Order: sequence, then structure tokens, then C-alpha cells
Amino acid sequence: MTMTLQHIERPAIIGTHGNGTRLAADFLRWNGRAAVRFLSRYGVLVGFLVLWQLASSVGWVNASVLPPVDKIVAALWKGLIGGALLGDISISLQRAGIAFAAAVAVAIPLGLFMGQVRAVETAFDPILQVFRQTSALALYPVFILLLGLGETSKIFVIFWATLFPLLLNTTSGVKEVDPKLLEMARVYGASRLTIFRRVVLPGAVPSIFVGLRLSATTALLLLIASEMIGANKGIGFQVMNAQYNFQIPLMFAAIVILAGLGLIANQALVVLQRRLCRWSNPVN
Amino acid sequence: MTGSNRGGEVSIRDLSKSFSLGGRQLAVLRTLNLDIRSGECLVIVGASGSGKTTLLRILAGLEAADSGGVAIDGKPVHGVGAERAVIFQEPRLLPWLTVLGNVAFGLEVRGVPKKQAEERARFYVGLVGLAEFADAFPNQLSGGMAQRVGIARALTVQPEILLLDEPLGALDAMTKIGMQEELARIWSEENVTMVMVTHDLEEAIYLADRVLILPKEKGGAARLIDIDVPRPRERSESRFVHYREELLREFGLH
Ligand SMILES: Nc1ncnc2c1ncn2[C@@H]1O[C@H](COP(=O)(O)OP(=O)(O)O)[C@@H](O)[C@H]1O
Ligand SMILES: [Mg+2]
Repeated sequence: MTMTLQHIERPAIIGTHGNGTRLAADFLRWNGRAAVRFLSRYGVLVGFLVLWQLASSVGWVNASVLPPVDKIVAALWKGLIGGALLGDISISLQRAGIAFAAAVAVAIPLGLFMGQVRAVETAFDPILQVFRQTSALALYPVFILLLGLGETSKIFVIFWATLFPLLLNTTSGVKEVDPKLLEMARVYGASRLTIFRRVVLPGAVPSIFVGLRLSATTALLLLIASEMIGANKGIGFQVMNAQYNFQIPLMFAAIVILAGLGLIANQALVVLQRRLCRWSNPVN
Repeated sequence: MTGSNRGGEVSIRDLSKSFSLGGRQLAVLRTLNLDIRSGECLVIVGASGSGKTTLLRILAGLEAADSGGVAIDGKPVHGVGAERAVIFQEPRLLPWLTVLGNVAFGLEVRGVPKKQAEERARFYVGLVGLAEFADAFPNQLSGGMAQRVGIARALTVQPEILLLDEPLGALDAMTKIGMQEELARIWSEENVTMVMVTHDLEEAIYLADRVLILPKEKGGAARLIDIDVPRPRERSESRFVHYREELLREFGLH
């Protein structure tokens, strides 16, 4: 009995000096809790940045190779607010965006179809496995030969690399829909189309989102790689170019922008997934 | 909700079914003959592997007989039909639909407009005692609640025949007894023909007008037992206990 009694919360013994003191105490406590939450999530990141700043400004590391954080922030500020990097961001987003959209437009319908029709999946699976295991970067020279060194080959190599994660995840999402649910729908007299629309498609959505997030990451990776070869604009180009010209803070600013784009893309997909699938919690 | 004696008569004639298992033919049902009356509650029991599920799936139209067949109200059964609904051992809910959405699903699939379907679904959600949970998602429900949703979904299409394959098999003992009472109430209120598989003999006696015992050995005959106990039934009553002993004897356990 005494054990259980200890679980009952004791009333707070504040407020004997009137409401003002209690409010202040509550405020401090609330702030304290928020700070703990912030630190437990971002503490390591903040510590890393502080250590970097210290190491660079004190001279533990070569500041011309790893410039202090404030210099990088300044370069970032100049690039974004001054507008020097906006053109690069825009062209990079365009390349990745077009390629990603094209991959979505091809992979999702094709994946849904392949997941539904076993014969198609059986016929296509071997060649898809071969394509998937062939690094898109290794194929980039081939694409350049075929499509020239311009925008088309860049967009195509990103498209190629993003296509497969999305296609395979969509296909497996469809195939892994619980056959017991399909049978349930059949018992109620659902047509093939109705079963597809009301059971298969919603059931495949979480897996499609896994594919979308993988593809978004891959798109940024390939974007940078393709912009490092034969480009004169774009974030990837700026990373290479700044390094070449020894504008190291600018180089890091471009890298930070890339990381930011990746985070934003992923977060946007997570939010979209939460809205579409309130019934299942997406894993971060 | 439904009128009396509107059909739901099942006749099973010379029904046989075998499966090929590892190159051998395994006879599961052998020339079974049975008439199920309209509005009756028939409970099927039998050892594991005796073909209970197979028989129910043939009645549902999910499996075809090798020879012989099933007729409902005189019409031969080929495939699933609107006059039948099935409740499986698992609730089989669509996780992306709310309780109400799941219960309305069967009607919507049959072309009833969404608003109308949800209106009728709301009645049955209330009937199984889940009115407060109409907007909850399946992952927020306990096993017993989820199974109630499955039951409500089947009732919403107002079938003449309700086919249940061990619907309470996965529930804990306490929940199970409550659900048995609920099934008895639903059966008497909805005036539906009920064919239910169970491995729980007490459950069979509690619900059944007649119990069908499928034979374990090949060549054995199926047996029918009338359960002559007034409703509502009391598990401790002497006639109830008598039937339990009789069934246990059938299984060679007493
Ligand atoms: N689709 C199938 N293919 C092959 N064998 C099956 C199939 N379905 C059932 N069986 C076999 O038929 C027998 C009866 O199965 P079932 O009707 O599920 O029994 P019960 O429900 O009484 O336990 C079992 O031996 C099972 O292995
Ligand atoms: Mg079974």
C-alpha cells in the first residue's frame, strides 16, 4: 500500500508569497524543461560547431582548410542574401526537380503495374536488377556520349539513379499488401479496379514513401556528382570551383546549402507522409 | 432490422473436396449432405484439419467444390454473393480507414453512396458498442474491439447468411465470453442464418441450434447434434453441462 501511495503527486509548495512568485517559478521551470529538451536533441550538434569554431580560431587545425564557423556563416549569408549563390541553387533545383518528377511519373505507375501483374514483374525483374546494380555514375560517361555534355545528360543520370529505388519500393509495396485484405474485399464483391483503388494503392503508400525518400537523397547525390563534371553553374559546380579558387568558406557554404536541401526535401516528404498516412507513423 | 424468414436456406449436396498435398490427394470433405434452415445457428466443430475452414470457404464461394455443391434458396453457389458475409478469425480491417470507414467499406464497395453507407454503418457501429470509437483507427483498438468492427462491417451489408470462421479464436477468455453473448444477441435481433466454425465446445453449445461435428478419420461420418437448451442459455445449467459431456465424448475426451 505504501508503495502505491508514493506514486501520488505531492502538491507543489510554492505560492505562499502570492501569485507573482508562483508564476515566476512556473516560468523558470517551463523554460528549464524546454532547455533540457533542446539540449538533449541538439546538444551534440551545438557542441560540434563550438569545437569546430574553437579548433579553427585557436589554430588546432589549419584555418585555411577548415575555416572557423563564423567565416562560413558569413560566406553563406553573402551567397544567399547577396544573391551570389541563388542562381546556382535555382539551376540545381531545376535539374534535380525535373529528374525527380520524371522518375516519379515513370516509376510509380510502372511499379504499381509490375506489382499487380506477376508476368510483367517476372519478365522485367532480371534486367532491373542488372540496371540497379550498375552504378549510375559509371554510366554517366555513356549518357554524355549519347546525350552530350549539356543539361539532358545531367538530368538523365539523376533520373536514372532515382528511378530504381522508387520503382522497386513501389513494386514491393504492391506485392506485400496483405492477401487477407484482398480476400476480404473480394468477399464483399469488390471488382479488380475497386480492390486496386481501395486496398492495393493505400496499402502501398508507406512503401512508396520509403522509395520517394531514398530517391530524393539519391537525386541530390547524383546532382552534385554530375555538376562536378562539365558544368559552369549549380551548387555542385560551386563546391568544386570554390575549392579550385581556394575560396574555402564559399566551398563550405555550398556544402551547407546542399545539406540544407537534403534536410528540407526529407522533411517535406515526412510531413506529406504524415498527412497521407495518419494511420501509420512514418519512421524517421 | 430485417424481416423474418426472408431466405438464407442452405443446402449442401454430396459435397466433396480434396487438396493435392506433396503429390498425394488429401480428401478433406467426402460427400457431405446437410440442410441449414433459414435463420438457424449452425456451429461446426471438429479436430484441427478436419475441413471446417474448407467447408466455410466453399459456402463463402472462395473455394470451389470438386463434386457436389451448395445451393442457397435453391440457387447454386458460384463464387461470392451479396446474400453472404464472412467474418474471419482476424478482423481484416483496412488500417488506413477509421472504424466508421471500415464498417461502411462493404456497402461502398457494393455501390452505395458514401454518405448513405456511413449512415447505416453508424447504426451498426453503435450496435456493437463502439459508437465512441467511430473515428478511431484500427491500430488504436484492442483485439476484441477490432473484431467487433469486423462483425459490424459484415452486419452492415445485411446478409441473409453470416459465415464465421473461429471469430473469437484469438480473444482472451474474458473478452470471449462477452463477445459470445453479443453474438447471441445479434443473431436473435438480426434474424440471420449463422454458420460458425469454432474449436470451443462451450461456445458451440452456447450459440448453436445444431452442432455439426466433422469426422477426424477418413471414412467417418459427420454427425449432427440438436442443442435443446432454452435461450438465453446458462453455462452452469444441467442441460448445458449434459451437452458439453456429450460433445467431449464425441471427441473421445471423456
Ligand atoms: N489451399 C490448400 N491447399 C492444400 N491443402 C489445404 C488447403 N487448404 C486446406 N488444406 C488442407 O486441408 C485440410 C483441412 O484444412 P482446414 O479446412 O483448414 O481444417 P480446419 O479448419 O478444420 O482446421 C488440412 O489438412 C489442410 O492442410
Ligand atoms: Mg480452420
